[in-house]
Amino acid sequence: MAYLEMKHVSKYFDRVAANVDVNLSIEKGEVHALLGENGAGKSTLMNILYGVYHQSEGELFLDGEKLHIKDPKDAIEKGIGMVHQHFMLIPELTVIENVVLGMRENKAILDLKAAAQKFEAMSEKYGMHINPWVKVDMLTVGHQQRLEILKALYRNANILILDEPTAVLTPQEVGVLFKVIRQLTAEGKTIIFISHKMNEIMEICDYCTVLRRGRTVQTVKVSDIKDKQELATLMVGHAVELNMHKSIKEPGNVILKVDKLTYTNKLKVDKLKEVTFDIHEGEIVGICGVDDNGQSELIKCITGNETATKGHVTILDEDCTHAGVRHILDKGVSHIPEDRHNMAMIKNLSINENLILMALKKDGYSKHGFIDWKWVTKHNQELCREYEVKTPDVNELAGNLSGGNQQKFVVGRELDRNPKILVAMHPDRGLDIGATKYIQRRILAEREKGTGVVLVSTELDEIMELSDKIVVLNNGEVMGILDQKEATVEKLGLMMAGERMPGYEKESDALD
Amino acid sequence: MDTIVSLFSSVVRMSTPILICALGAVFSERAGVINVGLEGLMLIGALFGVLGSFCTGSAFLGAVTAMAAGLLFALIYAFFTITVKADQTVVGIAFNTIAGGLTVVLYRVLLANSGVSQVKGFNTVAIPGLSQIPVIGPIFFEQSVPIYILYFLIPVLAIVFSKMNIGLKVRAVGDNPVACDTVGISVVKVRYMTVLFSGVMAGMAGAFVSMGQLRFFTEGMISGTGFIAFATVIFGNYTPLGVLRAGLIFGCASALQYKFQTSGSAVPYQVWIMLPYLITILALCLYHKKSNAPKYSGVSFSKD
Repeated sequence: MAYLEMKHVSKYFDRVAANVDVNLSIEKGEVHALLGENGAGKSTLMNILYGVYHQSEGELFLDGEKLHIKDPKDAIEKGIGMVHQHFMLIPELTVIENVVLGMRENKAILDLKAAAQKFEAMSEKYGMHINPWVKVDMLTVGHQQRLEILKALYRNANILILDEPTAVLTPQEVGVLFKVIRQLTAEGKTIIFISHKMNEIMEICDYCTVLRRGRTVQTVKVSDIKDKQELATLMVGHAVELNMHKSIKEPGNVILKVDKLTYTNKLKVDKLKEVTFDIHEGEIVGICGVDDNGQSELIKCITGNETATKGHVTILDEDCTHAGVRHILDKGVSHIPEDRHNMAMIKNLSINENLILMALKKDGYSKHGFIDWKWVTKHNQELCREYEVKTPDVNELAGNLSGGNQQKFVVGRELDRNPKILVAMHPDRGLDIGATKYIQRRILAEREKGTGVVLVSTELDEIMELSDKIVVLNNGEVMGILDQKEATVEKLGLMMAGERMPGYEKESDALD
Repeated sequence: MDTIVSLFSSVVRMSTPILICALGAVFSERAGVINVGLEGLMLIGALFGVLGSFCTGSAFLGAVTAMAAGLLFALIYAFFTITVKADQTVVGIAFNTIAGGLTVVLYRVLLANSGVSQVKGFNTVAIPGLSQIPVIGPIFFEQSVPIYILYFLIPVLAIVFSKMNIGLKVRAVGDNPVACDTVGISVVKVRYMTVLFSGVMAGMAGAFVSMGQLRFFTEGMISGTGFIAFATVIFGNYTPLGVLRAGLIFGCASALQYKFQTSGSAVPYQVWIMLPYLITILALCLYHKKSNAPKYSGVSFSKD
């Protein structure tokens, strides 16, 4: 019998099945991947193992012994630790307070000094140094993840579940994480690695269990796998075309100019510092960086949702720094916002209504001030067909669609306006491979038509594949602008972590 | 000199009910439960303190009755807000309304026609030695027993809050209940405990108001002290020591109000009565940097 086994596990939320008859068996000391698309049930399954949820059916075994896990406390006691995708840290508390929080061994009056000593010895051992006395909200995302790992190890975890651990890291940080993982397995600890990135699984994992729509598809030995295409096919259930075909194209005139853009937010933090770049017709400019390094503010300044503190945004030869959103949209800018649910659509309105939110002024949509529903419905049905939105009909509430279909109609709505400039932020975040590839192809098609595209993404593969030019942001500053041909994961990674390209050295020091 | 001593001695007395109530509330607020019903809980404490003292003839048992009543009503509050997950503000307001009516009914039925006009209350006990110190002595050490207990309670609660395991849990639960759940802390249990503790403290604070000076119950006698305690927690930036500072400021305002009222100035006395409330509003307007405010304040916790 294997070290850890989950047998015939099912989990239903209000009769919606998240896991159905899942079987998982893991040996001691291995790195075991759970691969699956978003919504395949990976996180739910691991939350069952960690006691956050209870399985509706099925049994768990550890070392041949049946496991009864009521809550995370039981799981911790059995040596199971989990690093959630959204970190479970209290930002207002110090590092060491977070480490000891809720531990059964705690005395009534806390001895934080002793705990800090033990913690520091541990962080030294794994080469993940963190000051135990700083508040957690002072830590970078990468350090918060280390803290989460150390927190689990501090509780003597033998099985460590990592839920999409690389999503928030630079490539170099991923390297450090993988080193730690190897060190842990050498000590006999078992790692469960949740991911949908095939490259990483090929690199670090021994075995891989594939989940699809809540069910186990297969467990494979990673060394037997030919290439990532094979894993992708297992994950999706049919062959997918991973490669994008991009034509060689000479860019046209400059259509968007961002000149020394500085944005200071309400808390007096400079979120953007003298950002400068421009976009030509038929060119895709990728903005790359770890989350929250100014991308969101940059996009908002371009689309008029925020106004830059200093500098200029020039759209089609007009200074639009202080222009309103309506004016900018009317100039031919389309915007696929970062947050699908809160910025791109209104969940409680129908698809029909969502699709005409910003088009009402246009010809055909209304007659004598009344919406021409007949015409609108017909138009929108065509649009849904063209953009492959799967919905029973256009009167369905937008909130009832799957994420992929929601994003497709948003993309459809924006592209239907025949933009000259397309601003797309995380256009395929959280979508399955099929939908992702579809949206990427649409963006490439826009490029063919001569549209200038600003593409913000944290996925380096996507940035490197689609962009003609890559702007790397770190802490609101441009670290450098690379041509697609010169870009490598290593180069981008270093720049994302704050290394400047020649020609982009810090000048402000001299000016201050 | 005598004026100053009597003024500051009055500041200590005026601050006491605010502080007792707010020191309890700072724990429940930090755990993420807003208790707008403090006013009502204090009113109930005020009535039951007098009732207890009336029935037993003992001020101590009166105080115990008040705390027990506070505990019981806090339990009801906790049940509705934590277990049933009703909106905390709505339940809190309902509590104040019910307490307003209930205390009047009970008072009229049980006390108004009893022929008694005063019950045993908290007597002033001068502490030998300490009370002889000039100025300090009469201000701090010629007070009643609950005030001495408060002196002792402030540092103890400050330590519980910042140094003890239970305090860490309380601070964590209001900031990220989901994270607490994943490290095995029972969010519901921690919240229940803090609300019950806050109920006991509010009951005691109410008893101090009724049994301290007047030694009897009058309808609506809390007249906003519970709300001031609620404001004190916010103004004190959600820590016991912050509450101490803020509570003293509000106590000061109340004491000054009485001084001015009796000083015979040309200003109508109603203006002075407004003073503590005015300061409360001003303080809350000016002080909106709520760095310690719990992120999940007022949000019910559910697992799935």
